[in-house]
Amino acid sequence: MEKKWEEMSSEEKQEALFQKWLSPKDPEGKDLKFQSPQAEKAYKERVTRIKDAIQMKKLPDRVPVFVLPSYFPAYNAGITPRDAMYDYGKLHAAWKKFLLDFEADGHLGADMPGPGRFLDILDYKSYSWPGHGVAPEQSHQCNEGEYMKADEYDDLIQDPSNFINNVYFPRIFGTLQPFQTLQPLTGVLEIYGIGYNFFPFGIPPVQEAYKALLEGGNEVMKWLMAIVGWNMEMTATGFANIIGGFTKAPFDAIGDTFRGTKGIMMDMYRQPDKLIEALEAMALIMIKKGVGHAKANGHPLIFMPLHKGADSFLSDEQFKKFYWPTFRKVIMGLIAEGVVPMPALEGKWNTRLEVIQDLPKGKSLWMVDQSDIAKAKKTLGKVACLFGNVPSDLLTLGTPQQVKDYVKNLIDTVAKGGGFIVCNGAFFDQAKPENVKAIVETTKEYGAYK
Amino acid sequence: MAKDLVSALADLKEKEALKIVEDRLNAKEDPLKILDDARRAMEIVGKRFADSEYFIPDLVYAGEILKAITEKVKPKLTKAAETKRLGKVVFGTVAGDIHDIGKDIVVFMLDVNGFEVHDLGVDVPAQKFVDKIKESGAPVVGLSGFLTLAFDSMKQTVDAMKAAGLRDKVKVMIGGGQITEEVRKYTGADAYGKDAMAGVALAKKWIGAG
Repeated sequence: MEKKWEEMSSEEKQEALFQKWLSPKDPEGKDLKFQSPQAEKAYKERVTRIKDAIQMKKLPDRVPVFVLPSYFPAYNAGITPRDAMYDYGKLHAAWKKFLLDFEADGHLGADMPGPGRFLDILDYKSYSWPGHGVAPEQSHQCNEGEYMKADEYDDLIQDPSNFINNVYFPRIFGTLQPFQTLQPLTGVLEIYGIGYNFFPFGIPPVQEAYKALLEGGNEVMKWLMAIVGWNMEMTATGFANIIGGFTKAPFDAIGDTFRGTKGIMMDMYRQPDKLIEALEAMALIMIKKGVGHAKANGHPLIFMPLHKGADSFLSDEQFKKFYWPTFRKVIMGLIAEGVVPMPALEGKWNTRLEVIQDLPKGKSLWMVDQSDIAKAKKTLGKVACLFGNVPSDLLTLGTPQQVKDYVKNLIDTVAKGGGFIVCNGAFFDQAKPENVKAIVETTKEYGAYK
Repeated sequence: MAKDLVSALADLKEKEALKIVEDRLNAKEDPLKILDDARRAMEIVGKRFADSEYFIPDLVYAGEILKAITEKVKPKLTKAAETKRLGKVVFGTVAGDIHDIGKDIVVFMLDVNGFEVHDLGVDVPAQKFVDKIKESGAPVVGLSGFLTLAFDSMKQTVDAMKAAGLRDKVKVMIGGGQITEEVRKYTGADAYGKDAMAGVALAKKWIGAG
C-alpha cells in the first residue's frame, strides 16, 4: 500500500515528487499521451539524467544541458517581447521554435513573459514592461520603490494577507487603489457587527475595482490555457520543464518589491530587530509557497532567483546576520517536504560559497553565474549539483568556437564525478543562435561519462 | 563633551552625527565648516569602500545621513559652499535600461573623490549624452548598463559621439553586471571598469589627477 505523505521521510517525498515529474499527467489526471515512443523515451531520459545529476548518487549517462533564457526565444523567432506578452499564439510558436531549435535537456516553460493585457487592466506599477515604460523590443524591468513603508513591518508581520491586499495592492496596482477602504478579513467573527466588514463592497469605486479584477481574471485564464497547452504539447514531444514553481529568499522577498533595495538597506541599520522578525515570518510564507507549487504541479524543482545576497551587496557580517539564516530556513523547509530548491546565484557569490555549503548532500540545485566556478565546485559543489556559468558576453559577442572551448573547459573542470549541468550563467535576451546551439551540441558531444 | 562629526559620520553613527550638527548649529558655528567636515567624512567612507571595509549598504546609509545633515544645515547657509573639483564627468545608464544601483554607486564614488558629476539618470538617449558633453565640456563619460541590450545602446551612444565630432575629445568608460573586455571592444569605449573603484581610477588617469 502506498504510504501517506505525512508518513514519508524527506527522502521518500523527494523520490515521490521525482516520480511524478517522470510520469506527467494530462489535465484530467490521466497519464499524458506522448507523441511517439521516442518522445516518451527522450522525456524520461532527460528527467532521469537531471535527477541523477541532482541526487549525486550515481553518474548520469552524460552531463545534462539546460538553456535558460529571458526573452531570447522572442528574438530568435523574430517577434518582440511585447508580442510575446500580448499575442499568445506568437508566444506559443516562438517558445516552441526555441525548444526545437536547440534541444536542451531542460527548459523553463513559456510563462516568463506575463499576461500583458492583465497588467494593463490592473495598471501594474512595480515593473515597466515591453511597450509600457520600455520599448516593445526590450525586456521588462523593475521600478524600485518603497511600496511598503519603513513603519509598516508590524502590519506585514501580524497580518500579511491583509497588509498585501488592502495596503500593498493599492500601491502597486493603480486599478485596485479603492482596496484601501477594505476591512481586515480577521474582523468577521459572528453575526453581530458582520455588516461593518462588508460595507466597502457597496462603494462604487470598490465595485469598479472588482469589475476590473474579473476582467483581468478572464485575461489571465486565456494566458494560462495557452501556457498549460504549450507545456503539455512540449512534454508530449519529449522536452522537460525544469520549473515546478518558485519562491524567494526572505531578504529578497522583502527587499526587492516591498521595501526596495535602499529601504531594506536602511532597515538593517535603523531597525535590525524588526527586519529580522519580518524575515522570520516571511521564511514560513516562502516555504509554504514553494511546497504548495511543488505539490500542485507534481514537480520537485522550485526555482529561487537570488539578488541581494551577492558579493558586495552586503558585508559578510550582514550576509550572515540578515540573509543566510532565513534563506537557509527556507531551503531546509523545502527539503523536508521533498522539494529540490533551485537557487540562482545571480552575479558573483565568491565570498558566500563557504557559508552556503552548509547543506545536506544531493538535495538542491544551484545556478552559478559569474562566481568562480572552480571554487564553487570545491565548496557548495561538494554537497549540491551546480549548473550555469557560460557567460552572457560570450553568447552575445563570441563565436561558436569560443563557446565550444568554454563549455569543454567547464566540463573538464567541474563536471567530473557528476553534480554538474552545463547552462548559461544569466538569463539572457540577446545572443547569437549559433552560440546557443554550441552550448548544447558541445555538451552532447563531449559530455558523456565513460 | 564635543564629539567629532567626521568620525561619527564616517562610522555611520546617524543619531550621534545629527546631534553634533544640531549642537554646532545652536552654537552659531559657520555652517560651511560643518559641511566641510561632512565632506571629509564622506571621503573616508569612500576610502573604506575602496578597501572593501565598507559595502554598498554602508555607502547608501552614509548618503542618507549626509542628506539629513545637509537638510539641517541648508537653511543656515548664507553663501554657497565652494569646493575645488578635479574635473567633470558625464554619467548615465544607457537607453532602454533603467537600472540605477550600479550607476549611483559609481557616481557617489566619483563625487566623494572630487569629481563634478553630471548624472543624467537612467534610460538616457544617445543624443542626451551628446548634448551634455557639448554643454559641460566634460572630458570623461561613463555609460552604465545591466542588460545585454545595453551592449547595443552603449555602442550607439559611442557612435553618436563620433557623429557629433566629439569622440576624440572625450574618454568613455563603461560598466555593469555583464560588461567585459569583449563588450568594451564591441561598443568602441576606451575602457571598462569592473567596479566603482576602477571607474574612479580611470577618471583620475584620464583627467590627470591620478
